[in-house]
Amino acid sequence: MNRNTLRATALAAMLTTSAFASQATTIGFMAPLSGPQALVGQDQYDGFMLAVEQLGGKLGGQATTILKEDDQLKPEVGQQIVRKLIDKDKVDAIVGLSFSNVLMGSLPRLAESGVVAIATNAGPSPIAGAQCKANVFSTAWQNDGAAEAMGKFAQDRGIKRVYLMAPNYQAGKDMLAGFKRFYKGEVVDETYTQVNQPDYSAEIAQLQAAKPDAVFVFYPGGMGINFVKQMSQAGLSGKLPLYSVFTVDGTTLPSLGETAAGAIGAAMYDASLDTPENRKFVAAFEAKYKRTPSLYAAAAYDAANVLDLGLRKAAGDPKRLAAGVKAAGGEFKSVRGPFQFGKNNMPEQNYYAFETVRAGGKVVTKQIGTPLAAHADSYAALCKLP
Amino acid sequence: MSASLLFVQLLNGLQYGVLLFLLAAGLTLVFGIMSFVNLAHGSLYMVGAYAAALAYGATGSFALAVLAAMGAALVVGLLLEVTIVSRLYRRDHLDHVLATFGLVMFFNELVRLVWGPQPLFVQVPEVLAGTVQVFSFSYPSYRFAIIAVGLLVAVGSYWLIHKTRVGMLIRAGAQNPQLVGALGVNIGLLNAMLFGVGVMLAGLAGAMAGPLLSVQSGMGEPVLITTLVVIVIGGIGSVNGALYAALIVGVVDTLGRVLLPLVMRQVAERSVADAAGPALASMLVYLLMALVLALRPQGLFPARRG
Amino acid sequence: MSSRFGSSAVLPVLLLAGFAAVPFVATALEQPFWISFFARILIYAIAASALNLALGYGGLVSFGHALFMGLGSYAVALPAFHGMANGWVHLALCVGASALIALAVGAISLRTSGMAFIMITLAFAQMGYFALVSLKQYGGDDGLPVAATSKFGGFDLGSTLPLYATALVVLALVTWWMAKLRVAPFGMALRGARQNARRINAIGLEARRLQLVAFVISGAICGVSGMLLANLNAFASPSSLAWTVSGELIVMVVLGGIGTVAGPIVGALVFLGLEEVLKGMTEHWMVIFGPLIVLMALVGRRGIVGMLDLWPKARRPATPAAVAEGGV
Repeated sequence: MNRNTLRATALAAMLTTSAFASQATTIGFMAPLSGPQALVGQDQYDGFMLAVEQLGGKLGGQATTILKEDDQLKPEVGQQIVRKLIDKDKVDAIVGLSFSNVLMGSLPRLAESGVVAIATNAGPSPIAGAQCKANVFSTAWQNDGAAEAMGKFAQDRGIKRVYLMAPNYQAGKDMLAGFKRFYKGEVVDETYTQVNQPDYSAEIAQLQAAKPDAVFVFYPGGMGINFVKQMSQAGLSGKLPLYSVFTVDGTTLPSLGETAAGAIGAAMYDASLDTPENRKFVAAFEAKYKRTPSLYAAAAYDAANVLDLGLRKAAGDPKRLAAGVKAAGGEFKSVRGPFQFGKNNMPEQNYYAFETVRAGGKVVTKQIGTPLAAHADSYAALCKLP
Repeated sequence: MSASLLFVQLLNGLQYGVLLFLLAAGLTLVFGIMSFVNLAHGSLYMVGAYAAALAYGATGSFALAVLAAMGAALVVGLLLEVTIVSRLYRRDHLDHVLATFGLVMFFNELVRLVWGPQPLFVQVPEVLAGTVQVFSFSYPSYRFAIIAVGLLVAVGSYWLIHKTRVGMLIRAGAQNPQLVGALGVNIGLLNAMLFGVGVMLAGLAGAMAGPLLSVQSGMGEPVLITTLVVIVIGGIGSVNGALYAALIVGVVDTLGRVLLPLVMRQVAERSVADAAGPALASMLVYLLMALVLALRPQGLFPARRG
Repeated sequence: MSSRFGSSAVLPVLLLAGFAAVPFVATALEQPFWISFFARILIYAIAASALNLALGYGGLVSFGHALFMGLGSYAVALPAFHGMANGWVHLALCVGASALIALAVGAISLRTSGMAFIMITLAFAQMGYFALVSLKQYGGDDGLPVAATSKFGGFDLGSTLPLYATALVVLALVTWWMAKLRVAPFGMALRGARQNARRINAIGLEARRLQLVAFVISGAICGVSGMLLANLNAFASPSSLAWTVSGELIVMVVLGGIGTVAGPIVGALVFLGLEEVLKGMTEHWMVIFGPLIVLMALVGRRGIVGMLDLWPKARRPATPAAVAEGGV
């Protein structure tokens, strides 16, 4: 071909690739931003946006629009939002996906569309097992993980009789199942309460009557605050050891204050973790939002960084994004320590034990152990992904 | 289930019932006398809770917080009465339902708009932060305080309704509003006063509930539905009925929540029983109401009509 | 056509034609999202029409119609959970369960009236809600994903387009039937019972029986809308029985025009459409929507269709026929 045609072709090629490359990225961020769990949703959003800001407002090197949606912790609302994000807004990925019940409700649509979804607050056992999907990830945890760590910790401490409590939904079931998997002592009783139940007086009276050596609970967000407060009002703080997951954490500690002193929790993250990435993260978060980040903020912060790396690996091809994110999981530097995605796209990570103590007139958490290291969940074998 | 545990659960039921009574007392009068279906009563409870939380945070005095709650609820309530409610008295129940439904939406969102979606957490006042020994249990002093306040209000309202002139007008108005109006009593003013007392009690309930439950948008609705059930069981228009029905509902609900799972565990697997138990216990209250309505539609303790 | 239904025949036909055009327009614009959005409107229009039968024609203020929508949804989800995807089974279960429960609820509730009726219908919806929440093995509070959507031979309601078509056909049938019913003997007697039950009883017709029949039919149609909803969302949840849903249905009926034929369609369209528009403007859309509903209650219950009907009449002197038609 002659020189002009060559030039024209080269120009056309450049223009098409640059047009392709300059397509802006749209990400949908869905979390419970109202109701008793709004603390959790807000922390996640703030953590995510902090990462985006640190990346210059770009994910994968492209200018990114983040669509913020409130699922109100209702599975049907979550479904409608997911449908809107995929069909109307044509997002490149969805992050957040709220609690386990909302995630499960949206799963069919997510699976069908193949859009990459990164959960930052859940890892329900069905998705970790038989219903695992190549495009659905969790940068938070597999639901049983923290509870398993707490169970192991209680076992190692020699606690003989434990009373279990959780709200009545998928994650609640998972948590108590996880605890029992590693705790071999006596389970005095297992009580499931209504989701977002505000008053636990009746259950606390039952708890007192049973006289266990310790109580293990899973009450995220507002439920946790109400429960711990009411336990304290009944005079049980300090008398009955409280073991918990997702109950006494960065989001609830400011409201609980002294009532939480002595509580022991297990989680994959706490602001007091001493890694270089975490120190930078906590400093930046506190500077911007004037409060200490919780594990929810950390999970969302990590999600943004994983997504960023994944988008770079996919280089604009939506079909390669899922593989890109999976590979990114093992490569990026998480604030919580070692991290990678397992076969079922659930995190393989450390779980630490923390105690809430009084220090200098305030209550802070300090790490007291690492019951489970580089821990993979027990459902991976059921997952048929390669 | 030992006797002392049963007693403690009874106390819990009593405390819940008393909270319901605070809400039901005002609502039943508004229903009975003005025949006005007020779904926004829960919103006024919420307004009271927010006012108390903010006042307590600002001043540190719980007493002031309670007064602030009642005052705020009164102001908002009277504003609503003058602008919306008074125009709807003569209309159909459907119009009441619609208007107050819209108000519920509005208040829930307004509160979110102004104070954000996160719940506010109120500390129990220091003086009431301890526990009381009940047999082998430590029972929160604060809940005893709620029971005390509720009983005080019950006594106070009895005195108001049966021993004062205003109370006589209220009782007369319940039986025959037109006649009372014809006798020269300013029925409009009486209605407004009644509405005001009702919303103040709702505000008080909100203030008392704050330290126990979290203060957040939408906190009024679950409690409202149960309050409506209480009123229907007790008899619309009857404050006595509201008291007895509130205590019955409170105790049935609380005891149901703890006893039903135990019963169900005999017949079903634990997690199923633990899920079904509280749900069925909640159903119990509605079943009770449906039964009362089917057999005795005027309620168990109706206001005596001449 | 015009003498029997007045000017109101044009409006429903226009609306239904508009709905029929949506899938074509949406596909042309490559925005499939709108098909499922309008499918939702159609489903709520069916539910509102069902409520209109009880509320508009019958005068029964039912605050518990969400119960039937929920029953319809679970009539799909429960068999699907056990592997049954046959649409006919789902439909039979749906209509059967809704009608039976409506019969029970109606028989008890109609022993009361006024405030008590509102409360007792609410109570039954709440009971349904708690009953479903207690079914832990069927998801409980989390809801139940529909494992297998309704299949009628090769026709799968789980895909958006077949669902849309079905919903449109059902709505058209229901609307046409409601229009005919309005002036049929049963409908007239029912509306008479709403205006003055004593007179109807005096003529020899049993008002309560008429109302019960209307309530049962209303419940069954509402159940069908629930079945369609479950297929649309591939999900059934107890929160669809929340009292707020019942309240929203009432708002839709009244907003559109209580007792009119096109009212429920207009009501559902305006309610859900306005909600979507406002949501796009601000996340605090309820601050605007709430007062709008209050305003609607204050201003008067003609509803949109009612106001449209009045408009040409305002310029014509009132004739006896026009008055009888315009008055609901």
